[in-house]
Amino acid sequence: MVGEWRDHPGRVVTAALAIAIGVALGFAVHLINGSAQNELAQAVRSVNADADLQVHATTPLGFDEALYPVLARTPGIAAASPVVELSARFGTGPSRSLEGGRLTVLGIDPLRAASVTPALLGRVSAPAQGASGFVPESLFDPRAIVLSPAALAASGRQVGEAVTITAAGRSVEFVVAGLLSGATSEQQVAVLDIATAQWLFGSLGRLQRIDLKFTPGADPAAVQAALRARLPADAQIVTAQSEARRGDNLTRAYRVNLEMLAMMALLTGGFLVYSAQSLSVARRRPQFALLRVLGLERRGLLAQVFVEGALLGGVGAALGLALGLGVAMGTLRFLGGDLGGGYFRGTAPDLVVAPLPVVVFFVLGLVAALLGSLLPALEAGRAQPGIALKDLGDKNDPNTRPAGWWGLGLLAAGGAAAFLPAVWGLPLFGYLSIALMLAGGVAAMPWLARILLTPLLGAGRGNVSIDLAIKRLWGAPAQAAVALCGIVASTSLMVAMAVMVASLRGSVDDWLTEILPSDLLFRVESGGFDAETRARIARAPGVADIVFQKSLPMQLSADMPPLVLLVRPVDKAQPKASLPVIGRTATAPPGVTPVWLSEPAARLYGHRVGQRMVLPLGGGDPNVFVAGVWRDYARQSGAVAMDEADYTRLTGDDLRTEASLSLSPGATAASTREVIRATLPPALAAQVQFFETRQMRAIALRLFDSSFALTYALEAIAIVVGLAGVAATFSAQTLARTKEFGMLRHVGVLRRQIVLMLAVEGGLLGAVGVIAGLGLGLAMSQVLIHVVNPQSFHWTMETRLPLGLFASLAIALVAAGAGTAVLAGRRALSADAVRAVREDW
Amino acid sequence: MPRALRLAGLALLAWMLTAAAADKPVLPVFPEVRAGRPLSFPADHGSHPDYRTEWWYVTGWLKTEDGRDLGFQVTFFRSRLSVDQRNPSAFAPKQILFAHAGLSDPAVGRLRHDGRMARQGLGLAEASTKDARIVIDDWRLERGADGRFVAKAIGADFTLDLAFTPTQPVLLQGDRGLSRKGPLPAQASHYYSLPHLKVTGSVLQGRGRAKVTGEAWLDHEWSSTLLDPKAVGWDWVGLNLDDGGALTAFRVRDAAGNALWSGGSLRAADGTTSRLGPQDVRFTTERIWRSPRTGGRYPVQGEVIVRTPTGERRWRLTPLFDDQELDSRATGGPVYWEGAVRAPGARGYLELTGYVSPLKM
Repeated sequence: MVGEWRDHPGRVVTAALAIAIGVALGFAVHLINGSAQNELAQAVRSVNADADLQVHATTPLGFDEALYPVLARTPGIAAASPVVELSARFGTGPSRSLEGGRLTVLGIDPLRAASVTPALLGRVSAPAQGASGFVPESLFDPRAIVLSPAALAASGRQVGEAVTITAAGRSVEFVVAGLLSGATSEQQVAVLDIATAQWLFGSLGRLQRIDLKFTPGADPAAVQAALRARLPADAQIVTAQSEARRGDNLTRAYRVNLEMLAMMALLTGGFLVYSAQSLSVARRRPQFALLRVLGLERRGLLAQVFVEGALLGGVGAALGLALGLGVAMGTLRFLGGDLGGGYFRGTAPDLVVAPLPVVVFFVLGLVAALLGSLLPALEAGRAQPGIALKDLGDKNDPNTRPAGWWGLGLLAAGGAAAFLPAVWGLPLFGYLSIALMLAGGVAAMPWLARILLTPLLGAGRGNVSIDLAIKRLWGAPAQAAVALCGIVASTSLMVAMAVMVASLRGSVDDWLTEILPSDLLFRVESGGFDAETRARIARAPGVADIVFQKSLPMQLSADMPPLVLLVRPVDKAQPKASLPVIGRTATAPPGVTPVWLSEPAARLYGHRVGQRMVLPLGGGDPNVFVAGVWRDYARQSGAVAMDEADYTRLTGDDLRTEASLSLSPGATAASTREVIRATLPPALAAQVQFFETRQMRAIALRLFDSSFALTYALEAIAIVVGLAGVAATFSAQTLARTKEFGMLRHVGVLRRQIVLMLAVEGGLLGAVGVIAGLGLGLAMSQVLIHVVNPQSFHWTMETRLPLGLFASLAIALVAAGAGTAVLAGRRALSADAVRAVREDW
Repeated sequence: MPRALRLAGLALLAWMLTAAAADKPVLPVFPEVRAGRPLSFPADHGSHPDYRTEWWYVTGWLKTEDGRDLGFQVTFFRSRLSVDQRNPSAFAPKQILFAHAGLSDPAVGRLRHDGRMARQGLGLAEASTKDARIVIDDWRLERGADGRFVAKAIGADFTLDLAFTPTQPVLLQGDRGLSRKGPLPAQASHYYSLPHLKVTGSVLQGRGRAKVTGEAWLDHEWSSTLLDPKAVGWDWVGLNLDDGGALTAFRVRDAAGNALWSGGSLRAADGTTSRLGPQDVRFTTERIWRSPRTGGRYPVQGEVIVRTPTGERRWRLTPLFDDQELDSRATGGPVYWEGAVRAPGARGYLELTGYVSPLKM
């Protein structure tokens, strides 16, 4: 066994590497995600501190503060702490990042927080006794602010120094009074008095959050029910569990998809093990036969091949675990916990390694290798010792037609599985479909190879080399299939992924053109443009046409990540003019507010056009009418578009934060920008951010590419492994035919004719692999596009074919096939022909 | 001139400091306590939110059905903070209400106490200006139409649920309710007492509810400038005399332990009242108890010596037990000793403040 491996290190190494890569990817994705989840859970816990329960506003507009005494007096509630929660940033200018402010300002009543969330009180550096002996007035100092360590670092100030904070369009100067010890190191939190927050940041009468503590011994379910009965539409109960579920829902689809891709890589590894083991078994058939004759049981042989597979898998899996750990550490350091997906902003979590996943991924690697060894082992056990001992060559009779029904059946089953619905919001049957198709495609390879080669049978009549090559491949399709399965598996997966990514990127590109038709965008992060300012901007020279809008996060369900409420003018008769509407539209009955859902929102919450749904906006009837669905790739958690007139009527909020405008002929972006800036009140002018549409497109596509960085990496790895597998298999098969070449030399075939034969054989094999891999990959890409993506990301797309990639892939595979066959052939032919023939007898 | 310049500089500095937060804060104006303001009830039982500090102090002795003696204290405080009066937020901390309750049970051997604190507003913490009606969450002190007070205080390891029925008219302290607290006329408070309140109710302690009866004393006092800047604390005693009389005596101490001011009153059973001035009240110390927790050294046993027109009278005060210290520093409050004391022919409460750190009022 050891000798066998020493003779063919390339094959063994590629097989083990393939297993290692599969295990490494799966393990790394798992580790990174586990760490990110852990970080998220910790962040939730530390901000919640010891609160048993929180009531959150569904939108940043908050809810009426009158809810606070109502909840505080609810039976079973021991203490209630009201909180004003604002998104903010340091300084007065516009923030540099597109994502906006990272600082969370919490306005609390320290007297209430003391008994509910003491972690929010912080350490105030100088506990100066106030003028009145019984009450420490410093506790209520309206200019004092307490910062978390991360916020202090971001502010660049020291305790005791002044710092300016901008939120809700207002900039206020505070004095850093102390450090918040409870927050995790990554969170930027600033805590100040609730009355100051309400007054200075324009939030009078509103709260965003109430933290609650239960009376000891109270039944949490009963208390929750009592609370729920008292909640208005724009507030909802949030527990630590629902918060964690929300974080989980946010990334689950992305995570599961990556894990599945890793599993596919592992599957490819399994096929490569199969290739390697089959060849090795074929080569050692006489040796095995001898062992059988010498008295070794069939079971013993089986065991030997199995042990080889296990060793291969074990080494590969162990290597994979180490590799995965390294990849995870590197990724966490450089990309953050969201794998470049953009879900967890600004957290660099610590790595968490639990023993169970280590065992699971090791076993997965082992099982893949063992399954890959299963068929070759059975074959080795089946061999008739007598015939095999003489090694009469290929035991396959060229006249038996390879059966295709096995593979075709699997392919059909795979196709059927694609039509099944999602399970727990995950496209499990979609992945099953892909796995079945892969297995079916590989199983159908001998049959397919013969079908593809039959028309060529006569083509090589004039040339001995070509004729020999075609006849050999046609006559021994099973052996060809052994070499092909690795190629087909890796090629088809690669093609499927490439088609999916190309389709998505193309659709996103089109969509960007549709939603960004104007020339210039601008926005403010907090505060906004009132009606008068808007009118003034619209009249400004250089502005031909302008649309104002506002987007604010809204919580439809405590378990789900918040979606986005998009407020903009929508032409109710012609919604297609305002939104990239897909499918049919409906007109709202009189008196009911129409909304248009983004595709992900419609799928996530299960709403259809023509239905009614509840939108938790303060004031008025919360029931709205779903008038249409529009395409959106930007907000994966969903978006709801509403006409601005309806929004202002329902909420009384007349501020808009974003605008997109087209320039009048002759006006330049730069000059118009300055004109608009001059039109704005000073506070807004300081923080307004302008974007040119071209720039936005580039940013959007860059974000897209970075979020698919890992996918691209997987693709590259699949290509490399696939090519390595092809090379190793070809060279092994060629070296095994020394005897055949000797024979050919004896009957007068020239050395260069053999080399040509090998080149043709390799090229043909590569070509068959490309055709099969492309076909299979295209089929699987349709499953990814029409099943996996809609079910996990809730968006659809149109298929685009990356033809350039296909062409280079085909050339690379055919060249690799021919090239390696020739290289290996030269080595095999270097032996003296006579000795080669003799040696074998 | 230099003074004017300095002032201008200060104003400029203040303006620069607050430039970002709009204009200068509007701070509250605290009225001074003035003579010649007659108290009128029931409105003066209620809150006086313009003044800086106010309290309603109920202390007394209780007897359980099985004959055991307990001491109790229920106090509600109101504090007006020096914050920007323009802030229209319902949470603006213009008024802070807080309460302390203590239970002295010799079987426990130390004071059980707890407290509540909240900013006034939103119905959760309120103090009425019409009558005594102060609420902080589930704690309250309330005067009914029949003149009876009820108090409820729910602590971590005890609950007081008590009703107090007046048996005597209001006792106006000082000059018709104006009680001097220091050498300057403004260092004074409006102050009246209700001694010999008849107590009924229940006390809940860990193992069970005990019905109690007893006798209590209510002090209601409000002021804006209570203490002289040199003062560090005060000693106060209120005794219900067995013959129906009532003694109030206090002294304000400086850092050296000397009296900066003293005063009080002695009302006889027939209602004749002697006002006690700085020359009329003396405290002597016979025994000091040192708190093992705070290190405070409290004169828990000693004599109160009072000079009246009819001669000198003395009461030797002995505490129900030594450890009746109340430490509310965790919630930003003071440390003080508030304990049940007895004297021959009298029972009441002794308050000792400023023995751990100076108290500023």
